[in-house]
Amino acid sequence: MQSLTNRSKVVSKKEMTLVERMYLPAIFSGMLITLSHFFKRKPTIKYPEQKREFSGVYRGQHVLKRDEKGAERCTACGLCAVACPAEAITMTAAERKPGEENLYREEKYAAKYEINMLRCIFCGDCEEACPKEAIFLTDRQVNVYGQRKSFVYGKDILVEPKDNPIDLSKRQSAAVKEFKTHQEFGHNQTYDKNRKVKVGGHH
Amino acid sequence: MAFTTYFIYKAILVLAVFAITLLVATYSTYAERKIAAFLQDRVGPDRAGPFGILQPLADAVKMFMKEEMIPSVSNKWLFILGPSLAMLTACLTGVVIPWGKSLFIDGQEFSLQITDLNIGVLYLFSVVSMGVYGIMIGGWASNNKYSLLGGIRASSQMISYEVAMGLSIIALVMTTGTLSMKEIAAQQHGWHWNVLVQPLGCLIFIICAFAETNRAPFDLPECETELVGGYHTEYSSMKLGFFLFAEYINMFISSAVISTFYFGGYNMPFIGRWVHDPNMLAILGVVFLFVKISFFIFFFMWVRWTLPRFRYDQLMNLGWKILIPLSILNIVITGAVSMRVEILEFFTK
Amino acid sequence: MITQYIFYFLSFLAIMFGLMVVLSKNPIHSVLYLVLTFFAIAGHYVLLNAQFLAAVHIIVYAGAIMVLFLFVIMLLNLNKETEPHKNVWLKLSAAVAAGLLLVVMVGSLKNAEMIAATNAFDPSVGLIENLGKTLFGEFLLPFEVASLLLLGAMVGAVLLGKKSIK
Repeated sequence: MQSLTNRSKVVSKKEMTLVERMYLPAIFSGMLITLSHFFKRKPTIKYPEQKREFSGVYRGQHVLKRDEKGAERCTACGLCAVACPAEAITMTAAERKPGEENLYREEKYAAKYEINMLRCIFCGDCEEACPKEAIFLTDRQVNVYGQRKSFVYGKDILVEPKDNPIDLSKRQSAAVKEFKTHQEFGHNQTYDKNRKVKVGGHH
Repeated sequence: MAFTTYFIYKAILVLAVFAITLLVATYSTYAERKIAAFLQDRVGPDRAGPFGILQPLADAVKMFMKEEMIPSVSNKWLFILGPSLAMLTACLTGVVIPWGKSLFIDGQEFSLQITDLNIGVLYLFSVVSMGVYGIMIGGWASNNKYSLLGGIRASSQMISYEVAMGLSIIALVMTTGTLSMKEIAAQQHGWHWNVLVQPLGCLIFIICAFAETNRAPFDLPECETELVGGYHTEYSSMKLGFFLFAEYINMFISSAVISTFYFGGYNMPFIGRWVHDPNMLAILGVVFLFVKISFFIFFFMWVRWTLPRFRYDQLMNLGWKILIPLSILNIVITGAVSMRVEILEFFTK
Repeated sequence: MITQYIFYFLSFLAIMFGLMVVLSKNPIHSVLYLVLTFFAIAGHYVLLNAQFLAAVHIIVYAGAIMVLFLFVIMLLNLNKETEPHKNVWLKLSAAVAAGLLLVVMVGSLKNAEMIAATNAFDPSVGLIENLGKTLFGEFLLPFEVASLLLLGAMVGAVLLGKKSIK
């Protein structure tokens, strides 16, 4: 059979010449190779002092965003839980009481919202599924714990603190935001049937 | 020289050689890890102190603190004797190596060699031949198949390569005409290095030195892939440390011996043109010797992290079928060259 | 004076280790005691200023031959279980034979005279230069014959070790 690449080599079993049988030239050339590595730049990153630069689209620990007024965006619709391939998300919905308008944006909210970080595969599907721009993956890393139950993150960890909003500008760059304005690609807002479809969108 | 002066001078010299041997061996462990790392595009230990310079200290603390285990089925005394013997024989060799020329203080000559035996080369050789006992006894006393196999491999390997080593030294002795290490070193002043006279002998000697120190590619007695740890499988704590340490001391001494026998010892060409003070020359000689030793220690490590281990039959083939005939050939050639006048006369008559 | 004490000390060690070779139950211990005996004897050589002999003695006997002994004994794994059971009569006859040998030796040495050394002790005789000159001058023929003997033994060993060709 003809090979597709020309990388394959035919094993030759020819008798070695005297010079080859002395092995010394081969040893010498091998030692030169290792010596050349001696002077090469080392790719090691000395971790605690140096940190590897994360990619802009790195998907780390989740955050539940608040809106501009500081109310939770999540409405406990359950789309993220449905979208999750690892079944890491669970939630309990509750109805907003009068007087809680500054706490929750919509009339329904998540009383309990848990992500099991041991199950989560950080695929970002929850972020894709969310119609309310509530859940995002950030460039933070999930901590290491000694017990399994510690990995189940509740609202106390997931919801961003009011006074210290989580910066998403790296992941939610201008290009991404621009993309989201094309309503035909997303399902965040009601689908506008009158707008012309440019690229193949989801129908 | 007064007896007290003599005694103090010898005591200082012995202690200095002992301390330097241990220090060099200690830092060889660090150098080994660092060089291995650099040859493999890593950075190696760099946490303990700047550039990891305190790493040997940390290793020593670890070795001392580890639990001391003596297998209940082992032969207790021989189990302890093994690493002690390995360490003892490793340290004994430094005695006959000329570390430099003599110092002249207050009109008195202080030789930088602990003792100049007139059979220094043979002394060296006898101590080296003793070195195998530590490994064999340790391997046997562990009462473990892996250890026993390691010990047996060590003994047969060392005996096989001692022969070729001895024969290559005989050719060297034929050209130098002396068995005293001091004279061998002194003869190589300027560019009269023995490696230029005995290139083949030098090569054989270096290969045998690798085999005698159980260094890669001849580290079959302790090869991890087949024998777990070989002769030191059952050892832990400082007894294991002694075995490992003995290997580094052996490497240091072998480097010193190779430098002294073939690479001019403490001599450096052309240095006499700029430096005339004998004391300064002696001190510079020590520095040169240590530069050469450092190079050979680096060479040992460089080879270790380049070449794969021999298979056992390859090892024996190399020793008996290649190195020994080659070293005998070397003796014959050396003899023929040194008798060339007589041989020419015989044929022209 | 000091050399005399060293001589007695070394002799004591040599005899003690020699006895231990015979008396120790474990063959590995016997071999190790034999190595120590060789060291004591090498010490005697040094006392006689025969440094070359001392070094060669250690290299050849302690460094090579005894290592091979140890090698073989380790491989055979001799211990109490594998020791062949000896007949009581065999032991008795061995004791009688050894006793008779002792009697003969005592009897022959009892009437022997002390032979004084005919020439004075030359401290330089054991040095390597003189030894080499003697070996390759006066005793050249026996030396070469001995080497022939060793060569013959080597050829024989190779022949025995080789697989028989049919």
